[in-house]
Amino acid sequence: MSLLSVEGFSLSFVQYETGLRRRRLEVITDLDLEVDAGELVAVVGSSGSGKSLLAHAILGVLPSNAAEGGRIAYDGAPLDAARRTALRGREIALIPQSVTFLDPLARVGAQAQRAADLVGVTDPAGAARTAFRRLDLGHSVADRYPHELSGGMARRVLTATATIGIPRLVLADEPTPGLHPAVVTETLGGLRLMADRGAAVMLITHDLLRAVEVADRIAVFYAGTTVEVAPAAAFTGDGAALRHPYTRALWQALPQHGFTPLPGAQPPPTDLPPGCLFTDRCPLVVPECRQARPAARQVDQSLVRCIRA
Amino acid sequence: MLEARDLRFRYRRDDPWVVDGVDLCVEPGEVVGLRGPSGRGKTTVARLLAGYLAPDRGRVLVDGAPLVRGGQPVQLVSQHPELAVDPRWRLAEILAEAGPVDADLLDALSIARGWLDRYPHELSGGELQRVTVARALLSGATYVVADEVSAMLDPITQAQIWHVLLDRVRRGGIGLVAICHDDPLLDVVAGRVVDLSAPVRVAARS
Repeated sequence: MSLLSVEGFSLSFVQYETGLRRRRLEVITDLDLEVDAGELVAVVGSSGSGKSLLAHAILGVLPSNAAEGGRIAYDGAPLDAARRTALRGREIALIPQSVTFLDPLARVGAQAQRAADLVGVTDPAGAARTAFRRLDLGHSVADRYPHELSGGMARRVLTATATIGIPRLVLADEPTPGLHPAVVTETLGGLRLMADRGAAVMLITHDLLRAVEVADRIAVFYAGTTVEVAPAAAFTGDGAALRHPYTRALWQALPQHGFTPLPGAQPPPTDLPPGCLFTDRCPLVVPECRQARPAARQVDQSLVRCIRA
Repeated sequence: MLEARDLRFRYRRDDPWVVDGVDLCVEPGEVVGLRGPSGRGKTTVARLLAGYLAPDRGRVLVDGAPLVRGGQPVQLVSQHPELAVDPRWRLAEILAEAGPVDADLLDALSIARGWLDRYPHELSGGELQRVTVARALLSGATYVVADEVSAMLDPITQAQIWHVLLDRVRRGGIGLVAICHDDPLLDVVAGRVVDLSAPVRVAARS
C-alpha cells in the first residue's frame, strides 16, 4: 500500500438554514488517490473540485460541521483524528499557497528556527541552517525580513520552513499562480527534489502543463470526484492517451493544445446529477451514464471513472 | 484608439519609477499583449490605462482626448475578482450596475441563473471571474484591460473566458489589452505584444 491512500473519500457540511432546518452539502463525493514515497502526484481540477479540502482533511483542519466518509490511510493505518494532529507539521507538512504565511516582522531564519523548535528537533538552529542550505538559500538570507526576498526566494523559505522536520508526506497547495515562469520552475524543481529524496509529494495546482513536467502521475478531480489518475506521460499530443472525456477537455483547452473551451460549468454541491457528475457536459454521454455513478476502474495505466472509457 | 504616451508613475516621490516611459496603443478590434517579469509595473500600467491612477508624467488618451474620470470607455478586469466587487451586493445587482443583462452573454460565459441571487463569497474564484468579465462587457466599454484574468483558473474556464473576450474583439466591439505571464496564452490571444522587460530605462537617482 502507498504511504498515503485515499479510497472513496467523501465530505459533507451540515448547514443550518432558517431556524432548525438543516441541510447537508455534499462537497466531495468520491475521491481516490494514492501517493507513495519517492513519488510526486499532481492534483488538478477547477476550483470547487475538492483539491484543497482533501489536503485540509489529511491535516485534520476541517471545520467541525464537516462529516467524512470513505477512508484515508497513512503508512498502513487509518489516519484518524488523533494521528492527524500528531503527524501534521512533523511527518506531514503543508507548503502554503501564499507568502503572506510568513511573519512580516520577523527575520526568516528566526521563523524557520521557531518552526524547528515547534516540531521538536533537538537542535533548532542547526536544523534551520540545514533546511536553508538544502534549498540553496545563502547564509545571509536568514537575516532578512520577508519583504527583502524575491518571490522565488520567499517560496524557498516557505518550503524550507514547512519541511524542516524532514516530512515523509508533503502537501503543496497551489504554490505557483501568478509567478514568473523562472520562479515556477524553481518552485516545482524543489518539490521534485523532495520526492527524489524519498518524500511523497502531493502537488495541488491549476497549471496542468507544468504539472506534467514534474509529476509522476496526475489525478484529475471534478465536482468532488476523482475522474482519472493517469501517468504524466499520457498527457501528450492531442490527448488520445487520456481516458476520461473531462481530462481530454482540460488538455485540449490549453492554449498549446487547441484552446477549445468546453461549454458549461461544474455542477454545484446543491445540484448534483444522480448519475455521472459530468453528464451535462460530456460529448460521449449515453442514457446509462445518467443512471448511476460510475465506479473507478483500471484501464491500461490509468484509473478512470467513466463507463465509456 | 486608446493610447499611452510615455507613461511614468511612482508610488512615492523619492522612489524609482515603477512605470518608466511606457508607450502603447490599441484600437477596437485588436488585442495587444503586455508582458514582463513581476515587479515591472504591469498592473500599475493597467490601473493607469483604466483611470484608477493618474500618471505622474505622460498621458492616457482615448481618441486623442484625455481620459476623464467617471466615464467608462476603459474597463479593468483584475486578477482578483473578489476584490473587484462589493461583498454586500448580490451578483444580480453587481451586473445591473453595468447595464441591462444580456442573456446570450451570460450563456456564453456559462453563468448559471442561480448564481445571480447569491453574494460574491458564495461563488468560487472562477465563477466570480466570469461575472466580472460579463460586467466589463455589459458596461459598453470600448476598451478592456484584462490583468492576469485567468492566472488562477483551470484551463477550461480560461479558454471559455478568452473565447468570449476574443469574440467581442473580432466583432469590432472592443480593443483589449491582455496582461499576462503566460507566453503560450499571449501567443494565441494577442496580435502583438509590448514587452516591459526589454529596454529598461535606468531611473535617475541622485
